[in-house]
Amino acid sequence: MTTFADQPLEDQIAQWRTYLRRRQAIHGPDVEELEGHLRDQLAALTEAGLAADEAFFIAVKRMGSLDALSREFARAHSERLWKQLVVAPDADAPANTSRTEILVVLSLAVAAALAVKLPALFGLRLSPNEELPPFYARNASLFVFPLLTVYFLWKRGSGVATGLWLALPFAAGAVFANIFPFRAGSDTQALTALHLPIALWMAVGFAYVRSRWFAAAGRMDFVRFSGELAIYYVLIALGGGVITGFTFMMFSAIDMNPEWFVAGWLIPCGAAGAVIVGSWLVEAKQSVIENMAPVLTRLFTPLFTVLLLVFLATMVWTGSPINVKREVLIGFDLLLAVVVGLVLYAASARDPQARPDFFDGLQLLLVVSALVVDVVALAAIAGRISEFGFTPNRVAALGENIILLVNLAWSAWLYASFLSRRGSFAALERWQIAYLPVYAIWAALVVVVFPPVFGYR
Amino acid sequence: MDMSKDLVAASATPLVLAILAEGDSYGYAIIKRVAELSGGHLQWTDGMLYPVLHRLERQGYVAAKWSASENGRRRKYYRITKEGRAQLAAQRKQWKAVDDTLRGIWMQACTI
Repeated sequence: MTTFADQPLEDQIAQWRTYLRRRQAIHGPDVEELEGHLRDQLAALTEAGLAADEAFFIAVKRMGSLDALSREFARAHSERLWKQLVVAPDADAPANTSRTEILVVLSLAVAAALAVKLPALFGLRLSPNEELPPFYARNASLFVFPLLTVYFLWKRGSGVATGLWLALPFAAGAVFANIFPFRAGSDTQALTALHLPIALWMAVGFAYVRSRWFAAAGRMDFVRFSGELAIYYVLIALGGGVITGFTFMMFSAIDMNPEWFVAGWLIPCGAAGAVIVGSWLVEAKQSVIENMAPVLTRLFTPLFTVLLLVFLATMVWTGSPINVKREVLIGFDLLLAVVVGLVLYAASARDPQARPDFFDGLQLLLVVSALVVDVVALAAIAGRISEFGFTPNRVAALGENIILLVNLAWSAWLYASFLSRRGSFAALERWQIAYLPVYAIWAALVVVVFPPVFGYR
Repeated sequence: MDMSKDLVAASATPLVLAILAEGDSYGYAIIKRVAELSGGHLQWTDGMLYPVLHRLERQGYVAAKWSASENGRRRKYYRITKEGRAQLAAQRKQWKAVDDTLRGIWMQACTI
């Protein structure tokens, strides 16, 4: 095996190696072996008098197509596609970083778990007999998201300057979550607890995609990541539930009550650490398995469409109006959020070049029926607000409703023009992506402006 | 002469084992030896040799070891094992049976 003095040739070899590394079935040592072969071949060809680029062309051609090659490797090592889930090295990084990465991930996860327990040193305890201190609710995202950001900064090799910039939103979040003199059990405090994570998730996104934030593809990657993380988190939480169940069962069998441990340690520390571990799993298994979020989207889009249509039909048939209660507004907000999510994840997995198909029609039907349901609900809610006045909850819910409504209305328009072949699907994707910061900005507004405006009630 | 893919694939195992029975070797040298032996009739896509070698390694017919090559980089050398030799002998019998059969019918065709 030879190293070549010819720099362009070395660059070409390096590029070829990168392509090879992306193949999940071909592992680090195999890449090295194949590269050795390529170099031997190149040496023989250049010795026979071929120019470097000609030699490279022939050597690569003789090596065969990478698709066929990785298929053969996968067949010879069928277990590998499974192992990928945990030990796959990053495509661009040297193979030995995967172990370092596991260490980094584990220490960050432990750090997140310990961070949750830090306030206990100052007398804010998590225990089954006392109510959850509001401090925890307000700061929940601040225990984990900064560490997650550190992970992405490390993973992407971002500089210290980027890190300092990204510390700003978290510092601001910590300040606004804690300086306001909230009254006990106040609505604005609950709103802060709900909205701070949404606002700060955007900062995590910056760390995730780095400078590609301003390219639509970068943000779409982050959307995909968020969806996969949510799915992984639920899976990990299910496992955690099983552990909790066994903890209770086994310790009760020896007449001990593990409640203090479960409520004070297992659940809060597990919930924090799982975010980091889940993120790492999403990163590690990228492109190995078909992404789950789009699959779930395909599954639930028809079901939600049927649900909405049946609901509308029932409402028209019976003529019963929406009975506006406290939760109704939030419920319809969630419904719209789910529909926006379905549209977003359908867009994330769709080939923008493909022609409109049945599924796109179904999406439009879903969006339109959601819009109709929401307009009906909004009319009912508007009546209630004009009757009973503004409260922080109502204004927040109304604002969110309007934001989602605008998104869906324009999406419906773009879908319609796409289906009638007047517009492209890319326009819809661009719209969804461009809209993302609106959610974060609104969430930040709720955190920063609402408490003082509504007198901390 | 264009050889059928199936025939190339079927002959890969005995060929690689036979080459390794001549002495330890590594991927590039094995490919070169195949081209030499077949007079260029057996055209392998170079990369395809490695999955074959790895499969043989898993089956225990060859053993592999990384060691330094003449020019400093490390290289994966393959050596045939005892099971490999037994397998080679078995395959040789099978190929001989095929060869004898075909030879028999073709010789007949010549004499008629």
